[in-house]
Amino acid sequence: MSRVAVSEVAPRAELPRLLAAVRADGSPVPLDKHLAVYGSPPVRLGGRLIDLVEASGLTGRGGAGFPTATKLGAVAAAHGRKFVVANGSEGEPLSRKDKALLGCVPHLVLDGAALAATAVGADEVVVAVGQGAARERSALTRAVAERTGRGLDRVRFQVAAAPEGFVVGEETALLSWLSGRAAKPTLVPPRPSERGMRGRPTLVQNVETLAQLALVARYGPEWFRELGTDAEPGSALVTLSGAVSRPGVYEVGLGMPIRDLVEWAGGTTEPVSAYLIGGYFGSWVAAADAERAALLDSQLTPLGASLGARTLFLLPGRVCGVVETARLARYLATESAGQCGPCVHGLDAIAGGLERLARPERVDLARLERWLEQVRGRGACRHPDGAVRLIASALEVFAREVELHAVGRCSGEGRVVLPTGTAS
Amino acid sequence: MSEVLRVNPIACDGHGLCAELLPELIHLDEWGYPIVDGRPVPEELLSHARRAVDVCPTLALALARRERVEANR
Repeated sequence: MSRVAVSEVAPRAELPRLLAAVRADGSPVPLDKHLAVYGSPPVRLGGRLIDLVEASGLTGRGGAGFPTATKLGAVAAAHGRKFVVANGSEGEPLSRKDKALLGCVPHLVLDGAALAATAVGADEVVVAVGQGAARERSALTRAVAERTGRGLDRVRFQVAAAPEGFVVGEETALLSWLSGRAAKPTLVPPRPSERGMRGRPTLVQNVETLAQLALVARYGPEWFRELGTDAEPGSALVTLSGAVSRPGVYEVGLGMPIRDLVEWAGGTTEPVSAYLIGGYFGSWVAAADAERAALLDSQLTPLGASLGARTLFLLPGRVCGVVETARLARYLATESAGQCGPCVHGLDAIAGGLERLARPERVDLARLERWLEQVRGRGACRHPDGAVRLIASALEVFAREVELHAVGRCSGEGRVVLPTGTAS
Repeated sequence: MSEVLRVNPIACDGHGLCAELLPELIHLDEWGYPIVDGRPVPEELLSHARRAVDVCPTLALALARRERVEANR
C-alpha cells in the first residue's frame, strides 16, 4: 500500500473529523481556515488515491453503501472524456447532513471531488445541490471562486441547482437531468461508470463520501480505520430528529451505541415507541431494540434495518405509527417518477389501503401484503423496493396498532410528526 | 447458454400480450403488468418466449443471457 498520502502531522483520529473546522455560527469555513485545519490536499496523488480508498474500506454515504474504490476503479478504467458528479441533492426528507457539509465545510467536499476527478482522469466536476438549498449553493459558489482565485485545482467546478424530489436522489435520475432530460431514473445497466452524464463515463459520489475521501487522501487508510469496526470503518454523519432534545447532524464513529447518540443529543423529549432508521427507504425498529443496538449494519440487519441514509427519527409513543406510515406511503407513491407500472399503480394501491387502515377502517391485510410482495423489485430503480421495505417493517413493528385499527380503534392522539413536504 | 426473460419496466405499458402467449412463465399482477421469475426459460418454451418478445408492442420484453440480469440487481 502506498504511504505517500499520509501527512507528517495527521490530526487526531478522534472526532470530529469532517466537522473539525465548523464554526459556531455555521457560516462557511473559508479556504485559509480550511487549509490551516487540514493541510493542503495531496494533489499529486493521482490514481494512487484509489489504492488508499480501497485500503480504507470507505463505502458510499448516500444510502446504498457501495464500495467507493470499486466505483473509482470502474471510471478510471473507462476511456475518453469523463465527469465527476458530487451528489448533494439530498432528497431524503429526514436528512440534513449533506446540506450541513456543503453549507459549513464546502472546501472539504470540493477537495474530495477534485482528488477523485484527478484519480479517475476527469477534469470536470458538477456539484449538484437542491434548488431549495440556496444557502448551500451560495457557499459552494463562493468556495469555488476562492479556489479558482488561488489556482488550487486542475479541475473545473460547476454548481448545479437540481430539481427537488425524493427520486432525484437516485443517481440515474440526477444524471438524466444533468444531461438535459427529465429528472427520472433510467434502467441499469448501463451503469453511470459506463454511460453517465451526457453519455460519458461518470463518477457519481455522495458529497459526504467525497469529504471522507479528502481525509483518506491526506491522512491514509490506517488513520481512517481508527474509528469504526473492521467491516464498517470510519466516521459518519447522522441526522437525528423526532422526539429528541437537540435534533441535528452528528458525526459519530461507526459502532457508537444508538443510546449514546441520543444521550449526546440531550436525551428524548417524551417516551418513544419506535425508531425510523435509514430514512424513507429505511425500516421501523421498536425503540427497545434500537436502543440496544449500535450504529452498524451488522447490528441493524438482524433487526431488519440498515443505516441507509444514516437518519434516525424517534417516534413519540403517543403518535400513531400506522397513521404516520400511511402518510409516508402516500408521500412515496406521489414521489414515484411515474415510469414503471408496478410502482405507479402498486404504491398508489398500497397507500390507499394504508390510508383506509389509518382512518381507522377495516382492510384486507392479506391483500395489502400481497401487493407489497408484488411491487418489490419491479421498478427500474430502488424506489418501489425502498417503499415496500419501509411499509413491511411498519406492519411488523406496529402490529398491535394495526390490529387495533382493524377493529376501528386508534391509540394515537391525532398528532402527525414526520415531514412529507419538500425539504428546504 | 441459458436465457431468462427480462421486462424493462419503464418501457412496459401492460398490454399483456406476453402473458397471453406464455402463461407458463408470465403472469400479470393486479394492474396488468407482467411478472417474470428469474429462472432460465426451458428449452421447450424458447420458441414461445421468442414469439412473446417479438409481439411486445413497446419492445419491453427481452430474452437475456443470465449473467446480464444478475448484474442488474
